[in-house]
Amino acid sequence: MTVKDVHKDSAAMTMTITAEFEAPIGPVWQMWENPRQLERWWGPPTYPATVVTHDLTPGGAVNYFMTGPEGEQPRGWWRVIEVDAPHHLEFEDGFADEAGNPDSTMPTTIIRVTLGEQPDGGTLMTIETTFPSLGAMEQMLAMGMEEGMSLAVGQIDGLLRTNVTAL
Amino acid sequence: MVVGSLEQQRADRIFHALSDVTRRDIVRRAMEGPQSVSALARHYPMSFAAVQKHVAVLERAELVNKRRQGREQLVQSNIDTIRHAFRLLDQLEAIWRSRIDRFGEVLAEQNEGAAK
Repeated sequence: MTVKDVHKDSAAMTMTITAEFEAPIGPVWQMWENPRQLERWWGPPTYPATVVTHDLTPGGAVNYFMTGPEGEQPRGWWRVIEVDAPHHLEFEDGFADEAGNPDSTMPTTIIRVTLGEQPDGGTLMTIETTFPSLGAMEQMLAMGMEEGMSLAVGQIDGLLRTNVTAL
Repeated sequence: MVVGSLEQQRADRIFHALSDVTRRDIVRRAMEGPQSVSALARHYPMSFAAVQKHVAVLERAELVNKRRQGREQLVQSNIDTIRHAFRLLDQLEAIWRSRIDRFGEVLAEQNEGAAK
């Protein structure tokens, strides 16, 4: 399995997920740095993501939209806080309005990504997601509900392909 | 909407209560079993009254319950509220697990491509 560990701290409203990949750190970093790579995994198969702008520098922005089965296009943005390629990326992730501007009525999360080279040549990736509040967490996940619904399908797909991706 | 704003107020109280490191620590300790306020107070470099105030904030957010036993006030975590937060984190976990699955698949495809 790729995912090695999940730690949830409900008091601090933080989830930390650790995954290991059988690939050097360079290609793993590219999954974040290259917008064409990013859009292949950020959204679920039923809501594929299209990255419009992608500036991974402190203060820089990433803007994207996802396309749903009914043609709806929810938009999102990142505001980059810290970058130290290829080891560290920290950004705020939020929802955007139809024009692509940050929607201030919607909550945001802080995502911290850490990549580390493993002695066997693989790469360990840790992603820590922190919610600003429980209300925000509820609102955010209610928005992501459809994504949640499509997960089951994606997971079965994933399981069928585990022999390809398993380490 | 009235219901929505009440729910929002509740969420705000929970958020405010959990925004303080001492209060988070009190919730963690009280999850292990009832703790007297005086026993809790010994863990922090602050007065009994200050700890009592923290407990009152947690109580208003329904994160802990307080009951009297003799001379002691016992503080216990309200598991339902905490569980609610945990369920939300479960959903987040599912979203990230699926992202990481796809992440791994795309990486593996590339590796194959590079090997050919």
